[in-house]
Amino acid sequence: MPKQTFVLNGEPVTVDVEDDVRVLWVLRDLLGVQGPKYGCGINVCKACTSHLNGRAFNPCSVRVGDLAEEDRVTTIEGLPGEVGADDGELHPMQEAWIDRDVPQCGYCQPGQIMAAVALVKKVKREGRTLQESDLDTIRNICRCGTYTRIREAVEQGSRAMS
Amino acid sequence: MSISQGRSTGGSTSGTSTGAGVGRRSFLGYVIGGSTLVAAADLAVQATANPAHAGGVPSPPQVPELYDLEDLQTDAALPTSALITVEIREDGTAHFAIPRMEVGQGITTSTAMILADELDLPLSKVEVTLAPARPELVFNQLTGGSNTTVSTYTPIRVAAAIARKALLDAAAIELGYAVTRLKTYKGLVEAPDGATVSYGDLSAKAAASSTQQVEVELKPAADRKVVGTPRNRDDARAAVTGRKQFTMDLDVPDALPTMICRAPTLNGTPKALNNETEILRMPGVTHVALVDTGVAVRARTFGQCIDAVRAMDVDWNPGTAEGESDATILKKLRQAEIPLAVPKVPLLATTVEADFAFAFRSSAALEPNCAIADVRDDSAEIWAGLKVPILAQENIAQELGMRVDQVKVNVVTGGGSFGHKLFSDAAIEAAKTSRAMGVPVRLMWHRADEPRQGRLHPMCTSRVRATVLGKNVLTFEQRLTSVVTDFSHGLGEIISSTIDEAPTEVGRKLGGLGFSETIFTLTQELPYDFGVVTQLLSETDDSFNTGSMRNIYSPDTAVASELVVDQIGRKMGLDPLEVRRRFVKSDVVRRCLDTVAREGRWGRRMPKGMAQGIAVHKEYKGATAVLVEIDCRPETVNRKIRKAVTGPRVTKAVIAVDAGLVINPRGVEAQMQGGFMDGLALTLTSSCHLEDGHFLEASWDNYFYTRQWNVPPEVEVHVVESDSEQPGGVGEAAVGSSAAAVACAYVRATKKMPAYFPINHAELSFEPKSFVPPVPASPTDGLKYTY
Repeated sequence: MPKQTFVLNGEPVTVDVEDDVRVLWVLRDLLGVQGPKYGCGINVCKACTSHLNGRAFNPCSVRVGDLAEEDRVTTIEGLPGEVGADDGELHPMQEAWIDRDVPQCGYCQPGQIMAAVALVKKVKREGRTLQESDLDTIRNICRCGTYTRIREAVEQGSRAMS
Repeated sequence: MSISQGRSTGGSTSGTSTGAGVGRRSFLGYVIGGSTLVAAADLAVQATANPAHAGGVPSPPQVPELYDLEDLQTDAALPTSALITVEIREDGTAHFAIPRMEVGQGITTSTAMILADELDLPLSKVEVTLAPARPELVFNQLTGGSNTTVSTYTPIRVAAAIARKALLDAAAIELGYAVTRLKTYKGLVEAPDGATVSYGDLSAKAAASSTQQVEVELKPAADRKVVGTPRNRDDARAAVTGRKQFTMDLDVPDALPTMICRAPTLNGTPKALNNETEILRMPGVTHVALVDTGVAVRARTFGQCIDAVRAMDVDWNPGTAEGESDATILKKLRQAEIPLAVPKVPLLATTVEADFAFAFRSSAALEPNCAIADVRDDSAEIWAGLKVPILAQENIAQELGMRVDQVKVNVVTGGGSFGHKLFSDAAIEAAKTSRAMGVPVRLMWHRADEPRQGRLHPMCTSRVRATVLGKNVLTFEQRLTSVVTDFSHGLGEIISSTIDEAPTEVGRKLGGLGFSETIFTLTQELPYDFGVVTQLLSETDDSFNTGSMRNIYSPDTAVASELVVDQIGRKMGLDPLEVRRRFVKSDVVRRCLDTVAREGRWGRRMPKGMAQGIAVHKEYKGATAVLVEIDCRPETVNRKIRKAVTGPRVTKAVIAVDAGLVINPRGVEAQMQGGFMDGLALTLTSSCHLEDGHFLEASWDNYFYTRQWNVPPEVEVHVVESDSEQPGGVGEAAVGSSAAAVACAYVRATKKMPAYFPINHAELSFEPKSFVPPVPASPTDGLKYTY
């Protein structure tokens, strides 16, 4: 069985698994990293949203064999590490989420937060400030309907990230 | 089955419970014998409350004004309230295992708040967990009908008050002062000399060697410090760090991923798997088994299960809806409709009539149906999100040929429910699969399985005929005709066993009705003085997998009746706010209505193609009103978003709720917002299409639940001051009024009255995915969509 190596939340990992298994299952079923959730498996619901080299991606739709050894996969568990947070500290977007009391059932929220961080970074890369229309582009489903608080938290987190 | 048995003898009731003795402060309970302090309430004998009202041509009270589904569920829980205990542990914390399920509605948080107040403990020292299936609780372990806080509020407080009393009694000996001179705060008992002793130190001393009956007084409202203040969810940090565990995250040894290959038509069953050897040779696959719902496969990863499901060559038996489509089911509904029969009215009266159809809708949560099962020869253990775990345990035991005590059922926090987890479909399926394979399984449905084979809100029609004379409404008749709603999750049994508790006049009205009609009658209340009001349900066709969906009948009923209220207003020359103000019969509803009208600036000028809409709903011991503004201008309706339904955009929503006594205002606000998003989807975007024996939807880009591009940029929630000392239900309260307000606004903006909801149902906005194989391939192009 092929060995798959990549960087997960700052640490190199190696797993014995076939090339075509999607990264989501490598994370969840083999490595026990369960922040990314399954909600559709076809890159629609976005519950598994994580970061690949700092950009949002959906591990349900990427073969583990397509990852290179130096590729950096960050899940919600590793998000605080992206901003060099100390042990127990959180990313400003997570703080905004807690402050706005966004979660209800919580199932989609890791993906929502990872999507929000990537959206804010993208808007900044483009030299813009976050607009209402940017919030409309977030595709992540929340079946509890926490959308209003998600919008508030993304704006609050965006301010904290600058 | 009929619930009429025994009803005819129910003459002894004199208007029982209505709120588990709210208003009363003195209660009995027990200190349970044991090594640490454990206390329980005894509410088996209950006190009373009341109804009242006034206002157009008065309508006699409808059943829910006297006794509603909340009262019934609360009564059903009372006889076993003594089995619900609060424990004070030696570390000074309180523990309570709530016999309900947390699915995102915030009950562990609000319950901890109630306990903190009654115990004088900091909120951080109260731990609320979910109880496993406890058969001895009988009817006191069903999470539904927005009833958790309504039914548990008083029993929990009584148990906590008894615990606090026992702590004080023990402290009196310890500190050498009479109880009356001691005070409690922050988990300490303090004597007049300043000496203190902690609850933790008192726990063992306060424990009773044998169970003793105790009488206590509950704290007065003025002493509440936590209840009524906004609090964040107790699990928010776990949720945002990815540490909150759901069923599929649990570490159960050897419970490998398992999925089911399901039939191409609804409820089809497997005949044979023709390529078992090939499937067993696929990477990662360990086991294959035929079960009654399909062909199960267990593998090292779920991805490999999906690949195996797609590779299976299966012969299928036909399903339960072969050849049926939306049109054929609608035809059956039309045939089952009960005639509208207007009583004699004066010759000059005119009628307002309306007739709407509502499509099937999916109640699936984002966490799909799932369960872990470890079935051995002489025992079984199950882990799943279950709102009625006792029944799940019974069903699984029966399925496995075991005794109930051989089956342990653990209740896991759910990733949403919306009624979906009232049933234990996945738990039963996992148990069967584990038995068939002889190994533990971690069973999960594919997303495509949910709308196609999972439980749906049934298709229905709602017809209304009102007669109007001058500025009065003389009659208002509404008929809901629906595909059968499945109540086999336990509510049916609760009704049969508890209905004798209802006041006699209610019992008389319910006599002879079946489960569905009883639930309909216990929940539907038209909040207007419209003279002779009748609202009736008839059902047909039980071949579908159905259930409640964040309400049962109310959203569809409210959409139809509120649209007709607008029409009545038009006939009388009254705008939608004026007509509601004129006829609304409850002050609670009126306050909500006035609040949204004021806060939402009712009547402000809108550009052509935009409009406001306003609607109300009364249920769950409270009321809601919703005001929306909708944009139906072509540039908005026709905006393009990849694989999305855009359409009209609600630009603003203002929601007011009277939720009775509010435990956690922040939780109430969340439920109002969430309820709104559901109502919005019901009216504008979300439905399932039945065609040739199967449902076409298989993805969140097919089933158009509200997405960010549909969300109103402005959403306001106003929790109005309530006169009630009783908590109301909030999880479902906003759905009906929201769906109705959006519909009313849409009609005002477009001047078109839809015949079908959601309004986009006639147009199929996606390419259906394959039925064989039943699940789509896992994409490989994810790197193209990074941002």
